[in-house]
Amino acid sequence: MESFPALLQGFAVATQPMNLLFALIGVFLGTAVGVLPGIGPALTVALLLPITYKLDPGGSIIMFAGIYYGGMYGGSTTAILLNTPGESASLATTIEGNKMAKAGRGGPALATAAIGSFVAGTIATLGIAFLAPWLVEVAISFGPADYFALMVLAFVTISATFGASPLRGLTSLFIGLALGLVGIDELSGQARLTFGVPDLLDGVEVTTLAVGLFAVGEALYVASRRRHAPETIEPVRGSLWMTAKDWSRSWRPWLRGTALGFPIGALPAGGAEIPTFLSYSLEKRLTKHPEEFGKGAIEGVAGPEAANNASAAGTLVPLLTLGLPTSATAAMMLAGFQQYGLNPGPLLFAEKPDLVWGLVASLLIANAMLLVINLPLVGLWVRLLAIPQPWLYAGILVFAAMGTIAAKPSVVELSMLGVFGVMGFLMRRFDYPVAPVIIGLILGPMAEQQLRRALAISLGDPMTLVESPVAAILLTLALLAFIAPFVLSGLQRFKSDED
Amino acid sequence: MTGQTPDLSRRAVASFVIAAGLIALASIVALDAANHGAAPAYSRVGPGATAYAIAAGLAILGLATGIAAWRGMVPEGEPYDPGAVFLILGGLGGLMAAIAFGGGFIVGATILFAATARAFGRTQLIADIAIGVTLSLSVYLLFTKLLSLSLPQGPLERLF
Repeated sequence: MESFPALLQGFAVATQPMNLLFALIGVFLGTAVGVLPGIGPALTVALLLPITYKLDPGGSIIMFAGIYYGGMYGGSTTAILLNTPGESASLATTIEGNKMAKAGRGGPALATAAIGSFVAGTIATLGIAFLAPWLVEVAISFGPADYFALMVLAFVTISATFGASPLRGLTSLFIGLALGLVGIDELSGQARLTFGVPDLLDGVEVTTLAVGLFAVGEALYVASRRRHAPETIEPVRGSLWMTAKDWSRSWRPWLRGTALGFPIGALPAGGAEIPTFLSYSLEKRLTKHPEEFGKGAIEGVAGPEAANNASAAGTLVPLLTLGLPTSATAAMMLAGFQQYGLNPGPLLFAEKPDLVWGLVASLLIANAMLLVINLPLVGLWVRLLAIPQPWLYAGILVFAAMGTIAAKPSVVELSMLGVFGVMGFLMRRFDYPVAPVIIGLILGPMAEQQLRRALAISLGDPMTLVESPVAAILLTLALLAFIAPFVLSGLQRFKSDED
Repeated sequence: MTGQTPDLSRRAVASFVIAAGLIALASIVALDAANHGAAPAYSRVGPGATAYAIAAGLAILGLATGIAAWRGMVPEGEPYDPGAVFLILGGLGGLMAAIAFGGGFIVGATILFAATARAFGRTQLIADIAIGVTLSLSVYLLFTKLLSLSLPQGPLERLF
């Protein structure tokens, strides 16, 4: 295997003292921000992006690795203690985790989440290391038509197939695609949808969109619902440590969650909520303590948490090898790469092996650091949860505005932040998914370029899009994935008519 | 089920507004696309074609949303408090005004902080302003001195 020497090389990069320090800072900041209620991993990465503007690429990408994993650790703490999942992937954790915390078993719940995340993250990161070189070989033979087909498949699965409603998911996606049109078209140099505003020529910043939708939108939503649905924090009572029985009930769910999460995350389907819910229902079926489910069963925390982390690591496979972000967090990671002019994909493995393998090695290191700093420091993180809500959200908004100004110091950019905030608020209110907007913005222009490049090569013959077998298969899959939810809901309606 | 009728109509109104908004967005995208010339001869797809495709998608989704609303198949918005929303947006407006008229980052961020805290139910304005100033000053110093980012300057920032 060529992965081993490459990974060793990566460790040589990642264990340089400066890079270890960057990983530690990333892990620390990621956990601290991720633990704040209402902030999921995607927003954690978006809020912390400006911190790395002036650092060197290698170090800050390593810091991202820490922020990425740290944000997820922090998110599960919030899910367990506060019953507010920072993102849909922690929903399954919330079900049993918060019940455990209410029953005074918050410590073991946090511990099984942290250790499960470590186990899953480590296995899945090794999975990246061994899968990536192989996928790079495949990807190098991809032509523009194949890439276009792959992106179409990602669009469909992210927005239509796995969401609550294909109509609302597709609407979110198309809003994102429309936002992606704004700015100068890279192939022809023409300005689109800029309305004569010079600030819009560069297009919509992904970070402004993400921070607006997630941070401002969330603050508006929570403020507007404050009187209708108050939150309570569960204090961590009793021992932090897992008993022997907890261990024996946890290790199989960890491994099963990892086995579900990594492959699903690595497929260009995106979204960690599918594997987490699959893992939850699997554990519910396999458990020897079915009476505890719904009242705080440790399996129901261990499995979904492992699945969540494994799938988050899995999404790095298409991101690094194909440049294809399939979740909001992966889209933010891509934005992080792009701010240094780095484009993930097969070429990056050839041109900057140190950087890519340094990142993979750092993910393993960050994961181990998280386990070490997280459990002993859980008291500190819990104290962060106790920041009064008004100051917490006020502080988040100041940071959000600061990041936007630091990226582009203009009033236009801030008004866009406000507009996206209102949009995020309305989308939360009317149950539209947010991630497809971000994916549409970042992936739309890439898909358009591949499409037009393919058509330019074939002198305008549209048959080129299905002539390559890879593209034909991917487009067929996309079509099936598009039809599937309608067929399924039709079947359900048919069944309910029968009743 | 007597209480359902007003609910249904209120719900439908919101969805019809969303449907109209999507169709309006589709027209804006399509009108803008019409400004672009014909596609280059070597490829049939120019900058306008993708825009037309996206506009068509938005229009279809707008119609579908309208139909779903007509059939009552749309989620209901929960009760909410519009005052809080306007307070936060007002705070954001305050920050923009502070930057546009040279008040600087600290003043603007403090306005945003105090307005948001108020939207979340705080009433001690003076205390919130004090916290806001402390927070934005430390953010300013951290980011400009340590990370050499540039943030908008006003009279307060020039003291440092």
